[in-house]
Amino acid sequence: MTDGARHPDENPQGVHLPLDPLPGHSSQGRLERVLRRGEFAVTAELNPPDSADPEDVYARAKVFDGWVDGINAVDASGANCHMSSVGICALLTRMGYTPIMQIACRDRNRIAIQGDVLGAAAMGVANILCLTGDGVQAGDQPGAKPVFDLDCMSLLETIRTMRDESRFLSGRKLSTPPRVFLGAAINPFAPPYDFRPYRLAKKIVAGAQFVQSQYCFDVPMFRTYMDKVRELGLHEHCHILVGVGPLASAKTARWIRANVPGIHIPDAIIARLEGAADQKREGKQLCIDIINEVKEIKGVSGIHVMAYRQEEFVAEIVHESGVLKGRKPWTREPAQDVRKVADRLTDIMDRPVEHQQDMAGRAAAAPGSPMESAGQ
Amino acid sequence: MADGKLQVGNAAPRAKAATGDYMPADVSPNRRVQRRYSIRLWSVRHARLLEWFYARFAKAFLLLHPLWKALGYQRVEAPVTFVEKHVKGLLFDCRMCGQCVLSSTGMSCPMNCPKQLRNGPCGGVRANGNCEVEPDMPCVWMKAWEGSRSMMAGDAIMAVQKPVNQSLRETSSWLRVTAQAASEADADRATKSQGT
Repeated sequence: MTDGARHPDENPQGVHLPLDPLPGHSSQGRLERVLRRGEFAVTAELNPPDSADPEDVYARAKVFDGWVDGINAVDASGANCHMSSVGICALLTRMGYTPIMQIACRDRNRIAIQGDVLGAAAMGVANILCLTGDGVQAGDQPGAKPVFDLDCMSLLETIRTMRDESRFLSGRKLSTPPRVFLGAAINPFAPPYDFRPYRLAKKIVAGAQFVQSQYCFDVPMFRTYMDKVRELGLHEHCHILVGVGPLASAKTARWIRANVPGIHIPDAIIARLEGAADQKREGKQLCIDIINEVKEIKGVSGIHVMAYRQEEFVAEIVHESGVLKGRKPWTREPAQDVRKVADRLTDIMDRPVEHQQDMAGRAAAAPGSPMESAGQ
Repeated sequence: MADGKLQVGNAAPRAKAATGDYMPADVSPNRRVQRRYSIRLWSVRHARLLEWFYARFAKAFLLLHPLWKALGYQRVEAPVTFVEKHVKGLLFDCRMCGQCVLSSTGMSCPMNCPKQLRNGPCGGVRANGNCEVEPDMPCVWMKAWEGSRSMMAGDAIMAVQKPVNQSLRETSSWLRVTAQAASEADADRATKSQGT
């Protein structure tokens, strides 16, 4: 941030204008800009509402304002029904946030997914995270049909082909490719441990440009993983964001360990929480301590804060860990069509309000109208 | 399991059982009920032997190409599929996806993964190496990694696999591979003869 007055991710022509594409960048989003500039990025996860009220999404996104570089819109995580990630992204892009749209392969086949990618990119989604998704048995609808038509790897490859070669999986041409920054997930804390770094290598080959990890509570284990990653040189081809989050209590930690597959919590962590007078506060402090440890590991480009139902702590955690080093993430990212939408909206707002019942009444009363003749 | 004991780790069946209603054993959205995995695990342990055997078998199958051609690939499809299904079904719990990748997955069939992952393990593998969906089943990809380490061409596990072509289900992978190899050999011969 050499230019003190202006934010580096700001259109010089005016704040309200969308960003121009930078050479070598695959998206026009600011997350890619932050990561490629070598700054420590922060992303967070939005708890998807179980409602049809857009206000719920706006309120939940607002707590991240100015603290994160991207907001993950989860796709029915844990196989539980929530507002869809496409829907959340539509609302978030409308308000100028930077969403990271998650796509899980559990619920949709390749036809639906490719369509969603185009739709999302058209709405201004610049980041897509490709996931396999949890099994349906984990969620609230265990009788659902698991789709898994693609897996995370072939999904990455499919979207990369759409973006770089402007064609669908079938080979049909696209007239405008989706300009998206592609992400994937990693879990260094599940066996087979020695295969995990190679799996990351595979994901990079398939198209992953950034990865977000599963919750990291075991820093030594993560360090071992990163040693191998650096040995393979993978951190030079991909930005690695470490998943962190506060644990609400020792009881929660135990429950997560027993019931959520893939989250590894060492005994020492639970013991530390148990020993604390205020477990919630200790959980937050623990999260900050882990951030401070992992941010020093070479090859780590950022953190992904998953504070499920403790979203209000995200700002505090980011602030107290000092990972932004005084940088203030850009809060508003205009979409490409923002001018057009604004014009259209002003146009609608300026027009006199038309009430349907009045219009129907007038039409019925008008002589020679179809309704009048129908009445006769 | 045979004794009808309820499996732990699968939240939904457990919740259902708590209601006291009748619940069939081994409830799963995506699995043919399997009581044992011993033969499948034997195959993984002997991945190198099977690799060696398959290389010879594929060669023999290719040598029989004139026979398949004379009889007509269409006509032999049904009996070959029948044999393939049962042989591979016994050895690998094959699901007849029709595009076999056993050689790239350490002789552990990826279609037995409840998520049908063909590119490596998901993040939900339990600490004991079992599947997140089927708590009693060893993760298919844990086994694949072990198997691939003992194979000569085990590094094929690093290749990114294409998505499954669902329209090839229940067809013979052996015949398809043979036909492909034969046509490639024909094409090679054609270019060579053109060159001379």
